[in-house]
Amino acid sequence: MGAGGDMEQAGGKRATPMRPPPAGAGPIAWVKTNLFSSPLNAALTVLGLWVAWIVVHALVDWAFVRAVYVGADGSACTKEGAGACWPFITAKLDQFIYGRYPDAERWRANLTFALFALGLAGVMIPGVPRKGWIAAFLLIVFPVIAYYLLTGGVFGLATVETERWGGLLVTLVVAVVGIVASFPIAVALALGRRSRLPFVRYASIGFIEFVRGVPLITMLFMASVMLPLFLPDGVTFDKLLRALIGVALFEGAYLAEVIRGGLQAIPRGQYEAADALGLSYPQKMGLIVLPQALKLVIPGIVNSFIALFKDTSLVLIIGLFDLLGIVQQAISSDAKWFSPSTPLTGYVFAGFVFWIFCFGMSRYAQWIERRLSGTDRR
Amino acid sequence: MMGREPVTFKAPGADVSHPRRSPIDLIYDPKARGIFLQVLLVVALIALGVEIVSNAITNLQKQNIASGFGFLDRIAGFDISQTLIDYTNTSTYGRAFWVGLTNTLLVAGIGIVASTVIGFIVGIARLSSNWLIARLAGVYVEVVRNIPPLLMLFAIYFAVLKTLPLPRDSIALPLSSYLNVRGLTVPKPIWQDGIGLVGAAFIAGCVAAIVLGAWARRRRIATGRIFPSVWAGLALIIGLPVLAFFLAGSPVTFNAPTVGRFNITGGLTLLPELVALLVGLSLYTAAFIAEIVRAGIAGVPKGQKEAAFALGLSQGQVMRLVVIPQAMRIIIPPLTNQYLNLTKNSSLAVAIGYPDLVHVFAGTVLNQTNQAIEVILITMGVYLLISLVTSLLMNWFNARMALVER
Repeated sequence: MGAGGDMEQAGGKRATPMRPPPAGAGPIAWVKTNLFSSPLNAALTVLGLWVAWIVVHALVDWAFVRAVYVGADGSACTKEGAGACWPFITAKLDQFIYGRYPDAERWRANLTFALFALGLAGVMIPGVPRKGWIAAFLLIVFPVIAYYLLTGGVFGLATVETERWGGLLVTLVVAVVGIVASFPIAVALALGRRSRLPFVRYASIGFIEFVRGVPLITMLFMASVMLPLFLPDGVTFDKLLRALIGVALFEGAYLAEVIRGGLQAIPRGQYEAADALGLSYPQKMGLIVLPQALKLVIPGIVNSFIALFKDTSLVLIIGLFDLLGIVQQAISSDAKWFSPSTPLTGYVFAGFVFWIFCFGMSRYAQWIERRLSGTDRR
Repeated sequence: MMGREPVTFKAPGADVSHPRRSPIDLIYDPKARGIFLQVLLVVALIALGVEIVSNAITNLQKQNIASGFGFLDRIAGFDISQTLIDYTNTSTYGRAFWVGLTNTLLVAGIGIVASTVIGFIVGIARLSSNWLIARLAGVYVEVVRNIPPLLMLFAIYFAVLKTLPLPRDSIALPLSSYLNVRGLTVPKPIWQDGIGLVGAAFIAGCVAAIVLGAWARRRRIATGRIFPSVWAGLALIIGLPVLAFFLAGSPVTFNAPTVGRFNITGGLTLLPELVALLVGLSLYTAAFIAEIVRAGIAGVPKGQKEAAFALGLSQGQVMRLVVIPQAMRIIIPPLTNQYLNLTKNSSLAVAIGYPDLVHVFAGTVLNQTNQAIEVILITMGVYLLISLVTSLLMNWFNARMALVER
């Protein structure tokens, strides 16, 4: 109708130039539609600005403006209205990373970190050739190298007892060993839960549901208090190893459910085709089903690794010093750095480190998920 | 074989039930192999069990540790800082167990309610058309869920609550409440005679609201006329007790706390450990619930909303009658998991000294009695039972909400 009117106008006299339609783009229109579309929205925007201002202002004020940057001990941070006590972090940084690992041997921890980062980058970055070999290195060769590098006792390396390990080193060891050791357990449990054999199935279900029903702390207590009672007389375990066993069993049950999700997503035809080819059960699972299922659940595996990474902080309850444990110890028992702002500084630092790791991993999981769904759509 | 016998084609399964079966064939029989594998598994599990039990018995005897559950009747001899049921240091270990359990349930109950409220608000805020509000909610979720809950508890407890002023310099809050290093003290309500009337009115209000709802529903189906049963029901549930409260002559007085030189007297004090645990767990779990709520609402197809608008429903009706019931189906199963996670995470209490089940029982009682096996088994059993009951309840609720397909 409007168009017809324009035509008539055009036929008669010269059309008067029409105003452009209301701007649908541009910063002002954007603000109008996204922030002030209704009185309620306007009120919410003002409230949001106020909250954001308070939080950002308090944070910047505490972390930068009023912060103390230099000082030899806590007395520098005790002055009235002092913000973050950064010299506490710089002085303790080595301890937060390595714990009481001997100074002269720290290159070994660094080398382990570097090898791990290199291998992980090879597996995680798409387009790197020979992924299978890198993964095999990471899962089989690297743990052996890392074990001898960190504990020592061979090739002239000095022995470093696990009591001296601490900080980020322990956090990474517990998280990485937890996920790697739990992986075979999880695959076995997931296959067991979907097995046709009733005893295998019920044993798997029983274990998975038991572990998922109890808090990690009780698993750690069990590993540290009950496990020694279950072992033959004279056999003792390292405290760290006991925690690792508890963590691996715990994570195995959770990871099993993730992998089961992947197994269920594989169409029946794949199983049937494998049977029709005359493949045995291990061949069917190892060559046909698991490669597809595991690829599907990569995001789920990364997510449960994030959960595990956060959960490693619980080992401090059974007396190991992970990153949070060592920060907590430095805050509570180091009189030299005692000041009102020391605790918050320490927690903010530890929280920031945890956050960087977890946020990075969750972004990676989301990116992989998008990539995988992209390949499926094609 | 082929030479002597005529070639016949058999179905692949026929070999299995072949009467002349040699032991070699048995290896290739899936059924026989299955039975063999399972027998192997059962034997291995039993062997492991026997090994564990015999080792445990030897070790316990050597360390002179008693076994059995008799210790539950012995005198505990330690104090607990927060007891919801009667307990003194002359009570038994069994009583201490119940104190720990009620303290755990208290945290779990309040935490579930608080995290649900915060989580739903944040989750809906993330879907807000207001860019700033959606972003703020997003920042909250991304910051909180990538930090260990234990670290949040430590930060709240040691860096905030423990740096609060001493009792004599308490921070005065509205409603004559005080905040200090010993906790949050609020006026303690003291119920007078006649409070029963208010309780009865509350129950009557609930019953009346349910009856009214049923009547309104029947009338709507019969005549199509809509009765504002939600508002009327709320008015009944809230209005009747309020009315009864004034009719009974305000049967409640408050014991207001007073600030003394060294301590606050009177009032009801919430332990700082409880406050830290509740705040930390609620904020942490709320971030996960927010994501679940967002995914649930976003998971309802757009066409459902458009169809509801096309039918002439108002914005509120579209949300209440069309979007939320469908979103709840997506939300409830993962929400159950979060409730269970919160309950299990309440065991982090042990790290800041709140007397929950793990702290009281798997901590103090275990250290005093040394009966690790019994104590840990009881503790794990309780958490298993809580998990089981919660998932049964939520499954029942979920089944009621589930899509009825014809």
